[in-house]
Amino acid sequence: MNKLLNEEVTNQVKEFLKPMKEAITFVLFTKSGECITCEETRALLNEVSALNDLISLVEKDLEINSDEASLFDVTLAPSFIILDKDGVYQGVKFNGIPAGHEINSFLTAVLDMSGLDYQLDPAIIERLSKIDKDVNIKVFVTLSCPHCPGAVSKAHRLAMLNSHVNAEMIEAQTFSALSQKYNVSGVPKIVINETHELTGNQPLEAFLDELERL
Amino acid sequence: MFNFDIETTKETTEFDTVQLWDFLIIGGGPAGLNAGLYAKRKGLKVGIIAVDIGGQLHNTTDVDNYLGFSLVQGKELSDSFLKHVTDLDVPILKQTRVTAISKFDAGFLVKTDKFQDFRTKTLLISTGGQPRKLRIPGEKEFANKGVSYCTICDAPFFKDKHVIVAGGGNSAAESVLDLVPWAKKITVVHRSQWRADKILLDKLDKLDNLDIHLQTQILEIIGDEKMTGLRVLDKTTNEERVISADGLFIEIGTVPNSKFVEGFVKMNDNNEILVDDQQMTSVEGVFAAGDITLQPYKQIIISAAEGAKAALAAMTYLNHK
Ligand SMILES: Cc1cc2nc3c(=O)[nH]c(=O)nc-3n(C[C@H](O)[C@H](O)[C@H](O)COP(=O)(O)OP(=O)(O)OC[C@H]3O[C@@H](n4cnc5c(N)ncnc54)[C@H](O)[C@@H]3O)c2cc1C
Repeated sequence: MNKLLNEEVTNQVKEFLKPMKEAITFVLFTKSGECITCEETRALLNEVSALNDLISLVEKDLEINSDEASLFDVTLAPSFIILDKDGVYQGVKFNGIPAGHEINSFLTAVLDMSGLDYQLDPAIIERLSKIDKDVNIKVFVTLSCPHCPGAVSKAHRLAMLNSHVNAEMIEAQTFSALSQKYNVSGVPKIVINETHELTGNQPLEAFLDELERL
Repeated sequence: MFNFDIETTKETTEFDTVQLWDFLIIGGGPAGLNAGLYAKRKGLKVGIIAVDIGGQLHNTTDVDNYLGFSLVQGKELSDSFLKHVTDLDVPILKQTRVTAISKFDAGFLVKTDKFQDFRTKTLLISTGGQPRKLRIPGEKEFANKGVSYCTICDAPFFKDKHVIVAGGGNSAAESVLDLVPWAKKITVVHRSQWRADKILLDKLDKLDNLDIHLQTQILEIIGDEKMTGLRVLDKTTNEERVISADGLFIEIGTVPNSKFVEGFVKMNDNNEILVDDQQMTSVEGVFAAGDITLQPYKQIIISAAEGAKAALAAMTYLNHK
């Protein structure tokens, strides 16, 4: 396969990753047989991890490594999570390839996980720290959606800041059956614990309002 | 394949909170970016604060009316604008929303959602617009259950479906063209006559799965779990009927992002900011440019030009103060 990132994009990504502070690990789950975008996602993660010494990549097979998959609650392929410097899963997951506009939420998650301070309002952090129920946030996206990465990054930040919260991007076209199950016909669509829904790139306050209502 | 829109270390140039800026620009669309370019070249202490870079250029695929480019992607044009501005080291504060502006002795205080305030002698409001809503029953209920305001985002969900496009301007015509690869059938519903460019209408003429209902007003969006159709009024016969469809793309223009300056500068009834022939608003030292102004032709080249004009006028204003 040809390289996914051309020279210009490679340099851009390298530049983006410069402020990284701590080591992080991608754990990628693919599967053999038919798998839409498994190859491309593997190439993306390989090429990106080669651009900064602080990134390592571990590859797993969804079926063969089913123990690890269930440890991180991975049920789809391709799917990957980002572990922090201590190898701890902070609830940051991508299902499907974060290409197109979603490259932004991908690189944002990398920087955030590697210890960058994202300067949230203390009032928001205070509200978030009080959430003590388990929360799963699904953010459905398409790769041509300019408003989607903002929603994904917010969900991921909530996950990184509260250990009860995990958040996942779901690329709606790759996982069309899942999108249908959740009646996705517009993105970003945010589903919280299966029952609560938000649409559009909402401010963090709107996420918190829903989390507090759970 | 990749659409970058986040800050690089290079772009996060010191966005000074202490200094008194000469010219602060609010908005990173064509108007704001061009104003940044012109102001920097004049030697002004200029900075740009924006929620995102490119503004509405992100909502469109093809642009074919910007002088010098026969056909260019909205995103690509925005990238080239940004590069031109960052090559000149204009500081840009991204992902930041301005929430209020007030006056103080030496100029203006700009408040943001990042809990940082900035002080400036003059400023430009170039915050553009966002999609206008129909304001009819069912619109809210079926939002993202068939009703969409972003064709490039949501078109893939309507593969082999029948979709309706509401509107009669260029963005409606472009929405139709963006839906062609996906939808089985497309119907345009518009309350008056086409306002779109002939060159776009000629492209629509070639489509065989397109139905057009002009002089037709949408009264209600109907459905149960999801939208199933529209109730419309045919204004020529004064008869109501129902058009069944799986989706509705609303492309009826924009509403100005001017709420944060309500009461601060004068606006018309459409909440567009009033400006004089120097792009100056009702408040001396405060300029406005682009889709946010009362200027009726909402176009990239016009917005960019107004941004340039505002920067030059701000320079003149500062010199004569
Ligand atoms: C679907 C579609 C297709 C189009 N196609 C064409 C075309 O082919 N040719 C053409 O000439 N024109 C086209 N247009 C119109 C064109 O996009 C606009 O005229 C142009 O983008 C307006 O530029 P602007 O800088 O005034 O505002 P915008 O592009 O709307 O930019 C506004 C900027 O302000 C920022 N902002 C908003 N509020 C705040 C705030 N409170 N604080 C900080 N920042 C803020 C936004 O993030 C953004 O950066 C199209 C528009 C649409 C929607």
